[in-house]
Amino acid sequence: MSVRDALLALLDRRPAYGYELKADFEAATGDGWPLNIGQVYSTLQRCERDDLATAQDEADDQGRRLWTISAEGREAVAEWLETPAAPVEATRDPFSLKVLMAIETSPDRVDDLIRDQRNATMSELQALTREKASVADGDLARQLHLDRSVLLVEAQVRWLDMVEARIDAHGKATS
Amino acid sequence: MTSSHAHVSLLELQNASLTLGEGVARVDALIDVNLTVTSGELVAVTGRSGSGKSSLLNVAGGLTPLSSGTATVEGEPLAGLKARDLAARRRRSIGYVFQDLNLLPTLTAAENVAFPLELDGVKVAEARAAADVALTRLEIGDLAGRFPDEMSGGQRQRVAIARGVVGERRLLLADEPTGALDEVTAENVMKLIRSLCDDGAAALVVTHDPSLAAWADRVVRLRDGRIDSITEAST
Ligand SMILES: Nc1ncnc2c1ncn2[C@@H]1O[C@H](COP(=O)(O)OP(=O)(O)OP(=O)(O)O)[C@@H](O)[C@H]1O
Ligand SMILES: [Mg+2]
Repeated sequence: MSVRDALLALLDRRPAYGYELKADFEAATGDGWPLNIGQVYSTLQRCERDDLATAQDEADDQGRRLWTISAEGREAVAEWLETPAAPVEATRDPFSLKVLMAIETSPDRVDDLIRDQRNATMSELQALTREKASVADGDLARQLHLDRSVLLVEAQVRWLDMVEARIDAHGKATS
Repeated sequence: MTSSHAHVSLLELQNASLTLGEGVARVDALIDVNLTVTSGELVAVTGRSGSGKSSLLNVAGGLTPLSSGTATVEGEPLAGLKARDLAARRRRSIGYVFQDLNLLPTLTAAENVAFPLELDGVKVAEARAAADVALTRLEIGDLAGRFPDEMSGGQRQRVAIARGVVGERRLLLADEPTGALDEVTAENVMKLIRSLCDDGAAALVVTHDPSLAAWADRVVRLRDGRIDSITEAST
């Protein structure tokens, strides 16, 4: 749904071809959200079916059709932008599952596991930071994309630190 | 490394241990720490409160003598130095940025930065020139004449870092230098330290913040006085 709304938001600025929408989408998301062109066209076709956008009847000499947003499409975009999105779903991820299962099933290995996991996660953070350092000053979208990636990975490191501290406190309380 | 032009070892800790306090209050603040920092390197120090981070900076800067092991700065073992020579060595080679910054309120930014050089007997005009260079590197050359209470927290932080790297000082030891700064300002401070290191200095920076630590070439994590892990940036 979000990709549909995002494409409509781009169409709301001006009519565009599918390949232009793909490029605009990727630029606006700092290349952090690759789309394939097939996904763009299938999404646009759904928009057409739902009367949110229309394509030119006649393709141009290169076989391209220009897309235009409809009044309903505009409304859908406005509503989408005005409605707060749900926060990132953090209930299930392989990373936390592994840590939680280790605590449950192999408590004597948890310390090593946390250390290795933190190392790997910190490495990832260092790699993202290098990328961040090389972003051109004007490239706001890319900067924002990397900031967000960094914060998400950082949350994992911080959580591991908390896991370690909680386990220590728990051990002290029960021993 | 032995090459004279490229990367030289600025700090070396070998089997460094530090015991603080007496009797029941005895604490092994550092246990058998081995760490070498070469020019060009930015090393972050992380770890829980009480894990030994400030202790590590203190022994690296010669503020606290080791209980055992050796601390070597620019090839010179700190333990062999007389108190006066140690102080001089510290002022000449090592810049400290404390969490509370320690700026002198009655001195301007430039005077604060020039102060350690003047203590070292550098002529006032020369010290001021070096201070201007340091302030300019930290992009606050225009604040040279301001007093600490006329600057924002982030600007004061930069003045403290400028003082840390003024003149020939090549080893920066910083304890939570981004303290209470917002994310972007803190990142800018870290970037500046990064670029000082890229220009040949070295820094040991304590931070609780993983995304700031990630600016480092190596992230050293302390746990109960020991090195728990070292994460190297892949190149
Ligand atoms: N002067 C002192 N006498 C006795 N113990 C001390 C002294 N200074 C520090 N300690 C102890 O040494 C250990 C390491 O302290 P240190 O200040 O190095 O920790 P830290 O990692 O910097 O913590 P924080 O993140 O809270 O600043 C702690 O257990 C602390 O209580
Ligand atoms: Mg401390």
